[in-house]
Amino acid sequence: MKSPINVRNVVVALVALGLTLLPVYSALTGNIFILTLFTRIVIFALAAASLNLIMGYGGMMSFGHAAYLGIGGYAVGILAFEGIGSGFIQWPVALAASALYALVIGALSLRTRGVYFIMITLAFAQMAYYVTSGLSRYGGDDGLTIYKRSTFGGLIDLSNRVQFYYLCLFCLFGGIYLIWRIINSRFGMVVQGIRSNEQRMQAIGFHANRYRLVCFVISGTICGLAGALLANNTDFVSPAGMYWTRSGELMVMVVFGGMGSLFGPVIGTIVFLLLEELLSQFTEYWALIMGPLLLLIVLFARGGIMGVLGRFSRG
Amino acid sequence: MLVLVEQSLNGLQFGLLLFLLAAGLTLVFGIMDFVNLAHGSLYMMGAYFAATFVAWTGSFVLGILLALGATLLLGIALEFIALRHLYGRDHLDQVLATFGLILFFNDAVRLIWGPAGLSLPLPAWLTVPVQIVPGVFYPAYRLSIIVVALAVAALLYIVVMRTRIGMLIRAGASNREMIGALGINIKLLFTLVFGLGAALAGLAGLMQAPILTVQIGMGENILILAFVIIVIGGIGSIRGAFMAAIFVGMIDTLGRAFLPDLLRMVLSSSAASTAAPALSSMLIYLLMAIVLVVRPEGLFPAAKR
Repeated sequence: MKSPINVRNVVVALVALGLTLLPVYSALTGNIFILTLFTRIVIFALAAASLNLIMGYGGMMSFGHAAYLGIGGYAVGILAFEGIGSGFIQWPVALAASALYALVIGALSLRTRGVYFIMITLAFAQMAYYVTSGLSRYGGDDGLTIYKRSTFGGLIDLSNRVQFYYLCLFCLFGGIYLIWRIINSRFGMVVQGIRSNEQRMQAIGFHANRYRLVCFVISGTICGLAGALLANNTDFVSPAGMYWTRSGELMVMVVFGGMGSLFGPVIGTIVFLLLEELLSQFTEYWALIMGPLLLLIVLFARGGIMGVLGRFSRG
Repeated sequence: MLVLVEQSLNGLQFGLLLFLLAAGLTLVFGIMDFVNLAHGSLYMMGAYFAATFVAWTGSFVLGILLALGATLLLGIALEFIALRHLYGRDHLDQVLATFGLILFFNDAVRLIWGPAGLSLPLPAWLTVPVQIVPGVFYPAYRLSIIVVALAVAALLYIVVMRTRIGMLIRAGASNREMIGALGINIKLLFTLVFGLGAALAGLAGLMQAPILTVQIGMGENILILAFVIIVIGGIGSIRGAFMAAIFVGMIDTLGRAFLPDLLRMVLSSSAASTAAPALSSMLIYLLMAIVLVVRPEGLFPAAKR
């Protein structure tokens, strides 16, 4: 039996504690900026965690995950624009729309493997980008401003920064708990088995693509929730938010943290977005540093941050 | 009718440009098993080099030749410094590393040339309209793109199918270890192929430069089209890339030209003019979806390894 206390688990516990106590720190120091920054980080961490479910555990390299952020966001934005402000309607619609999109895209894309899959998910996300650019009633290219955040019948006030932060954090922890339950269930075992050896799983009677597709849809639905949160956070949705570089950034967050580790995407997102924030304060040309850094990480730090921490704990 | 001829030629011209881009991508993928997202950046660099060198030298032809050489060198340098270390890695690593290169190139261009786009003016002898059939005039420059691209496609075919280098390239695509064991310098061959792909991307970029504005991010949208093309054509297949590129170029151009009018027959005029661009952008992806359903390995798959 391995001891549960090792470097990796301690880091995870500290990060989780830090995220939970952040509003307290923000209130004590009067630093509102850090709260808004971390609200964004927590939302992206949820998106990255959903991507990790299919990338890390399912072996499906989706390069189109930004589409779900956009679809979830547009569901909230369009309903708000049409005068339906209740989150009890907006959010289920956001989830259902993402799930439906994932079902269609997944059914088509999963006919292929490897590089084809990367390119096809990318191309379909780009198609979604063009579709939203064509929605002239909802702002087209310019995007759609959301004048009123989702309401939940007085249960929670999304305009209150602290309440909204805790809602996002609740969704993140809930999402990670759900993913943890999934990967340890029979279903999750089958999906991971298919990732390691598809032929063998087929031979013992599992319909590989059905399992893959369900996993793909679950991931898209969780990411749609992140999209609904993001739209409420920025009070704005636009096609630019689902541009393919956004999908690339999500992949980077997952790989930074460590693909196939439950909490890795959260740490990867924190590192990526803090680094972006830091570098862009230092220079306007932050990508000039971020780009080569990414190349170096891919070349030399396999397994991401969690992988490196794991090597630490083994001694 | 005249519009149809003109737009078909535009479609052919765009398709051929897409082919130049897709050929490099599919060649590199087929032989090195390497996914290069930064291929679009090389396209962009070709255009920026052309705009700069033409302005420096004052000669259009000299400028674009220099730009072609510069893109070739840039591609070889890129391969030598960074990308050759990624050949054996899995595709995700390659995608992420080259994604990092895109970020780098976009900001590098912004630093060097500034955020505003450049334009590449054409010399007078390329701006005259040419009469192709009686009564139909077509811009000389666009016509010359068609001629050059067709010539390059033919040359590529001859090089790959009829020369010793081409034989090695094809052998490398079907079994890398074996040709290495037979004493071929495979590293050199890979660098050569990558340089060739870079030059093709640069050529596409610099030929497109006088038609569009030279701007940051110009390589990204067209890169995704190139991906769609190689998925439709079958990865690693140059013939497939050619067919699919012409097909996609035609659909894209004709869709943009005629869909608004077609939609106006069923929709109100304002609804049609906003729905049409989105719909014509979608057409290509719909085509890709259909191809995937019918033939997941593409229309002209390269021979199995």
